[in-house]
Amino acid sequence: MRAGISELAIKLRNREISAVELTKAYIDAIEKLNPTLNAYVHLTFDIALKAAEQADQMLKEGDAPPLCGIPMALKDNICTDGLPTTCCSRILTGFKPYYDATVWEKLKKQGAVLLGKTNMDEFAMGSTSETSCYGAPLNPRNTNYVTGGSSGGSAAAVCANLAVYSLGSDTGGSIRQPASFCGVVGLKPTYGAVSRYGLIAYGSSLDQIGPLTNSVKDAAIVFDAVRGGDKRDQTSVDYDYGPSLTQCLEQDVKGLRIGVAEEFFEGINPEIKSKIEEAIALLEKNGAKIEHIRLPALKLALPVYYIIACAEASSNLGRYDGIRYGYRTASYTSIEEMIVKTRSEGFGDEVKRRIMLGTYVLSSGYYDAYYKKACLIREEINREFDAVFETCDVLVAPTAPNTAFPLNYKGASPVEIYLSDICTVPVNIAGVPAISVPCGVDAKGLPIGMQIIGKKFDEATVLQVAHFYEQSAGEVIGAYEGGAGI
Amino acid sequence: MNYEIVCGIETHIELATKTKIFCGCTTEFGGEPNTHCCPVCTGQPGTLPILNQKVVEYAIKAGLALNCKINTKSHMDRKNYVYPDLPKAYQISQYDEPLCEKGYIELDSGKRIGITRIHIEEDAGKLVHENGYTYIDYNRGGVPLIEIVSEPDISSAEEAREYAEKLQLTMRYIGISDCKMQEGSMRCDVNLSLRKPGDPNFGVRTEIKNINSLSFIQKAVIAEAERQADILDAGGTVVQQTMRYDEATNSVTPMRDKENSDDYRYFPDPDILRFCIDEAKVEEIRASLPELPFAKLRRYVNDLGLPEATAKQISRYRKVAEFFEGALAEGASVKNAANLIVGTIFSNMDTEEEKELFAVRISAAQFAALVKLADEKKINIGVAQSTLQKMLESGKPVEEFIKPEDLVGISDEMLENLCREAIEANPRAVDDVRNGKDKAINVMFGYIMKKTGGKADIRKAEALLRKLIGP
Repeated sequence: MRAGISELAIKLRNREISAVELTKAYIDAIEKLNPTLNAYVHLTFDIALKAAEQADQMLKEGDAPPLCGIPMALKDNICTDGLPTTCCSRILTGFKPYYDATVWEKLKKQGAVLLGKTNMDEFAMGSTSETSCYGAPLNPRNTNYVTGGSSGGSAAAVCANLAVYSLGSDTGGSIRQPASFCGVVGLKPTYGAVSRYGLIAYGSSLDQIGPLTNSVKDAAIVFDAVRGGDKRDQTSVDYDYGPSLTQCLEQDVKGLRIGVAEEFFEGINPEIKSKIEEAIALLEKNGAKIEHIRLPALKLALPVYYIIACAEASSNLGRYDGIRYGYRTASYTSIEEMIVKTRSEGFGDEVKRRIMLGTYVLSSGYYDAYYKKACLIREEINREFDAVFETCDVLVAPTAPNTAFPLNYKGASPVEIYLSDICTVPVNIAGVPAISVPCGVDAKGLPIGMQIIGKKFDEATVLQVAHFYEQSAGEVIGAYEGGAGI
Repeated sequence: MNYEIVCGIETHIELATKTKIFCGCTTEFGGEPNTHCCPVCTGQPGTLPILNQKVVEYAIKAGLALNCKINTKSHMDRKNYVYPDLPKAYQISQYDEPLCEKGYIELDSGKRIGITRIHIEEDAGKLVHENGYTYIDYNRGGVPLIEIVSEPDISSAEEAREYAEKLQLTMRYIGISDCKMQEGSMRCDVNLSLRKPGDPNFGVRTEIKNINSLSFIQKAVIAEAERQADILDAGGTVVQQTMRYDEATNSVTPMRDKENSDDYRYFPDPDILRFCIDEAKVEEIRASLPELPFAKLRRYVNDLGLPEATAKQISRYRKVAEFFEGALAEGASVKNAANLIVGTIFSNMDTEEEKELFAVRISAAQFAALVKLADEKKINIGVAQSTLQKMLESGKPVEEFIKPEDLVGISDEMLENLCREAIEANPRAVDDVRNGKDKAINVMFGYIMKKTGGKADIRKAEALLRKLIGP
């Protein structure tokens, strides 16, 4: 099995390998594989090597934090001072923020080594990463298939061992679904657990940054490193998780109440359904109590999600006008024309579709029927989740109703692709934490993910169940051959 | 035909907080373009607003001073529109849950002009057109504003002006804004329509944007009412549109219509949590409010017996009123203190701003010490005035200019002798007085004052002189 963060941390401290050597191994692997996989869209090797040298110094001095010297990647919508941050959109061509996102500021202080920025759906809008202006990343498990999205590059980089871990963002499943498609672990924390400052907004009330890793333990380590209240983000919460969430990993599932809602299984690919049921059986065999519960409002989650996310997006994306940064159209005769042409040329179709949808649902005369109603149903969904967590410790569900789509899958209309978010969006609407862990492969050998959902700020139990499952299920999915080989 | 004016005023006031509404940048006026900005107030991708609690506090202060009800539950909304001076393409404002509602301003006539609402919002940047280019300065972007919306209760140009003036005075008094209209820290939009007297329905209204002085408000209302009346008299209909008042021509003209529809797509800003205001906090703010200028004015007239005009001049400026009341507390008399402030101190101050700042070099106690000498008739009022002037110029206390030996009173006997001397020395003036040229008595005053170094009680001297000169 591939070395996890804690094993690498030990090797670094024992001088078995230096951070510079480790970084070089990843750079070599990226140079070899990225031209095919397209997981990274901006490479930052010079900065990585400098950071690795500094990390070696920190390690020599002792007392270095767990992530010191570990090579990693950031999704291209997380702001990095002086480095390209484009959301994989033409409209942000050449944009280099002049400040760091809080998560990156935290990781940098801990000696993190940034290899580059990863591919994604344009402005995180999509479920395949194919709306990227740099072209889609390919699924390392099978390059004829998509990585999922929107954090597709982050999932592919971790899967192909082109980064030890990466950060993604999850608005409606954008960490968990690509994690599921690529066979890695993806954690979407509680809304507010991780600062959004410096995350370029898509749906502000839903967006949350989280880790993509090769193991549940790594996810806990990275989450520990980035979580916490931030005075620059009013929606962040300084929740007291204790010193480290890795401490909760050693517990079993005996007596834990695991909720299974049939609504999560409607319309799910039978192969996926049976893998999840196997996993549930394994948990039950180990002493968990299975509670069959109902979440009737779940069927409304998808329209609610697309209304709220698009409404917020239509407002969040208004600022891209070519005036202050990014792409500007070549010729124009007035400010109005410049803005219109810049936006027409700078945004891709999916982004335009969602801006129009969001503009529509907020327009006077439609506001009450769409946006306001969606907010009311959101409250109802929240109430149902609250009620369910009175009797359950976690919920178990599929991460996605299907495995990875083939590349350029033309059979699907935008709405059919939207439907594939059905299992993940309710979690964002309710603001609760959830993780996707690999639980097998389908007949084509494509990974299947299981989703474990917890109550707000109870990442501890989510990680505990995920870790227990990961350890007791053993190798449910073949290791990826290739990458940095460390 | 005669029409009734129906007018309401929307006022934007820049709050005098040290920092902007959603970031730590300074709110200072001016500065090199784009030097008072940061990633947050220039709307850089990924940044988030943090609501400045001082802004909420200042708005509550405004609400309480204008007799509003404070909504203890409130939130911020996004007002979406595209303009280059608005870097996020939305203004963070308040739509359906303003901080304050249902207040009023009372005019001198006793009529109350209702305040519909007060909400907080951010200001936009500024476009500068130069050499055929347009430049953007975001220094003002994110400066906190309150918008105060009146009911359409105003029915004349005079009332419009009085409303705005009272609003300005009140805001200055409670210290939340300097309300300088020429610098844009107070800007008024006037909504106006006409109707036939007694008609319960409103006519079509127009909005005159961004009027930048009190007298222009008055003039613009007159000009717009005349313009609308002409249209109606000619059998036409008023078009609902946005107008501009041109000071040079004293006329109101339609603005180039840049927005064809006003759909701002308001929705609650997801980046800013709903906020609750503690009732106790509201009471704390209420208790901290100073006595407002109109209450002071009434008290000065009714309780202190000051003439209305003097009382108005003193109560108008918070610092002046504080200085005046400080002197009274030190034992100065109402009349002499008030007259010396208005007569002598104000003569050193040419502008409203100077009176507003009231940067005098002596304390209220030092001032009172001087006033009391006059009160006790140890010096006459002329000496008091000239000494005060010296004190203001030097910042030195009264003892520096009037020594204790100077204060020895002039006995009645001495004064009577002096009067006799004055009459003997000025026979022609005495004749003139007897012949009805009353002013000639000044010659004798001059003699007495010269002999006493200005210390003689001029009233007593006058009485004595008249007695001695006879009819």
